[in-house]
Amino acid sequence: MSSIERSLNVKAKPARKRSFLSALVSDYQLWLMILPAIIVIFIFNYIPMYGVQLAFRDFDFTKGITGGKWAGLKYFKQFFNSPMFWPTIVNTFRIAATNIFFGFPAPILLALILHQLRNQRIKEGLQTVVYMPHFISTVVMVAMINIMLSPRTGLVSNLLKSIGLVQPDTNLLGSTKTFVPVYVLTEIWQHCGWNSIIYFAALSTVDQELYDACKIDGANRLQTVRHIEIPALVPTIVILLILNMGNVLNVGFEKVFLMQNSLNLPVSEVISTYVYKIGLISNQFSFGSAVGLFNTSVNFVFLILTNVIAKRLADISLW
Amino acid sequence: MPKKNKEAVKYSLADNIFEFFIIIFCIFVFIIVAYPLYFIVIASFSDSTYVNQGLVILTPKGFSTYGYSKIFEDTRIWTGYKNTLIYTLGGTAINLLFTLPGAYALAYKRFKARKYIMRAFVFTMFFNGGLIPTYMLIRNLRMVDTMWVMMIPFCVNVYNLIITRTFFEHTIPDELYEAAIIDGCRHFKFFTTVVLPLSKAIISVIFLYYMVGHWNNFFTALIYLNKDNLQPLQIVLRNILLSNQVFMEGAGMGGEAGGYAQRYADQIKYGVIIVSTLPILCLYPFIQKYFEEGIMIGAIKG
Repeated sequence: MSSIERSLNVKAKPARKRSFLSALVSDYQLWLMILPAIIVIFIFNYIPMYGVQLAFRDFDFTKGITGGKWAGLKYFKQFFNSPMFWPTIVNTFRIAATNIFFGFPAPILLALILHQLRNQRIKEGLQTVVYMPHFISTVVMVAMINIMLSPRTGLVSNLLKSIGLVQPDTNLLGSTKTFVPVYVLTEIWQHCGWNSIIYFAALSTVDQELYDACKIDGANRLQTVRHIEIPALVPTIVILLILNMGNVLNVGFEKVFLMQNSLNLPVSEVISTYVYKIGLISNQFSFGSAVGLFNTSVNFVFLILTNVIAKRLADISLW
Repeated sequence: MPKKNKEAVKYSLADNIFEFFIIIFCIFVFIIVAYPLYFIVIASFSDSTYVNQGLVILTPKGFSTYGYSKIFEDTRIWTGYKNTLIYTLGGTAINLLFTLPGAYALAYKRFKARKYIMRAFVFTMFFNGGLIPTYMLIRNLRMVDTMWVMMIPFCVNVYNLIITRTFFEHTIPDELYEAAIIDGCRHFKFFTTVVLPLSKAIISVIFLYYMVGHWNNFFTALIYLNKDNLQPLQIVLRNILLSNQVFMEGAGMGGEAGGYAQRYADQIKYGVIIVSTLPILCLYPFIQKYFEEGIMIGAIKG
């Protein structure tokens, strides 16, 4: 059936009378184009969701994922009662919440300030520089942290000691007090510039007339920022905040895992590293699945809640 | 700030103070971001003894390229490099092959099923089976300890798919679709001859996203690869940089040789950082000119 016939067909018959089959036939090329993506997402995203029943079963090597005996909430109870429950939850929440609290406003501020530069070439050059750290891999990033903050020879740790910001005997890499600040500050250093791109884009859509009107009203530049530029960013800010809240119990595995050492472990053992260790290193598949499912569910609930709140307050929603 | 009419503006005192703080802040930002990167470069060319004494500040001291010559002799790094190149090139090609046509189909407004497919895709951004069920799946697919595990799983990133779809929706006008359809041009042909050439901006953006993702991928290899000959660069880097296996012989070199080794170990670390990060940093400027455009159209209304 050619495309012309199809468009005629649509006009001739009411749309809802087109059966599923005829829609499939007429759109077959589109289906062929989307099919690879559907297959891949089905296999790698939906099959593991089905496999999550492992959390409710006793895993049996001979019977596979779905063959084990039903265990109900046994593994969840085991997690709730384990001595690792509160530490991992609190650690994960502490790192994620601190990271959102300081890391979320930073790119907004950066974009607003860099946007004030009047020399375009300097502005663009500076933008390129602040984007760069984003491309550094986590492994290299953690290596750089170790080098810069090394207790004896580290450039940054010596600088901080000489200006009295940290005690002379502090080991910034192996202390329960400094792990979270180091994690969050380096996270900002690496990703703040990159995360500001979207705010730059939003700022560049501000209408020139608004600036002109502002000038006629005699506003100074600070007032322009306050009354024109910040309001222009609000929709972007709200959307990104909702998305971030969905991660409030989610901390990137790689960086925490690589920064862990025996000295900071009491504050650096988070849910994802714990799942890796008990699930894949100690082979407790069912228990690991249960902990993972608990984590995902909490995140999901947080996302929904923030979305509801944002919808009520600002009429902005993800869906 | 407005780019035009620079001349006519007279700034008040408040504005000048404002300007002053802006410039101070920008200089501060520049130093904080750029200096650590610069330091790694000069340290990789310096004698580690000076570096550790804090004497290398602005220029290399005790200039030497010993670290680099050691790196180029190290077969672990070359194997890692080769593997990462295969994973990155193959993986990115697969990513684009799966994502671009899919995004086109989802951007076509007359495609009835697109709403439902989209919902099913977006759901995966917020909910997943977790590490263990995913691991079981990959194991059942016999992908553990194969090259495929670095390229095939999760090769469609839903976020990238959405920004590509949004870009197609905004840049390819409906009339163009209709005109092409009337001309008897099929979707495949329209996609390859019209849509792709018009979409360089978004293709560069997701190309860069995918590519950086593959180049820096550490997690997948940590979980699914055990064989030495398959390890990507990031795992090799972890062994060298973080587990202190700077020399292939391991840390067990006692006596004079050990001291000699340790002296160069640090220099090698700086060099390894440069050698592994430079390719990906060099890529960015080539793509940058498309970047703002691609991000803007793709992400603003995503």
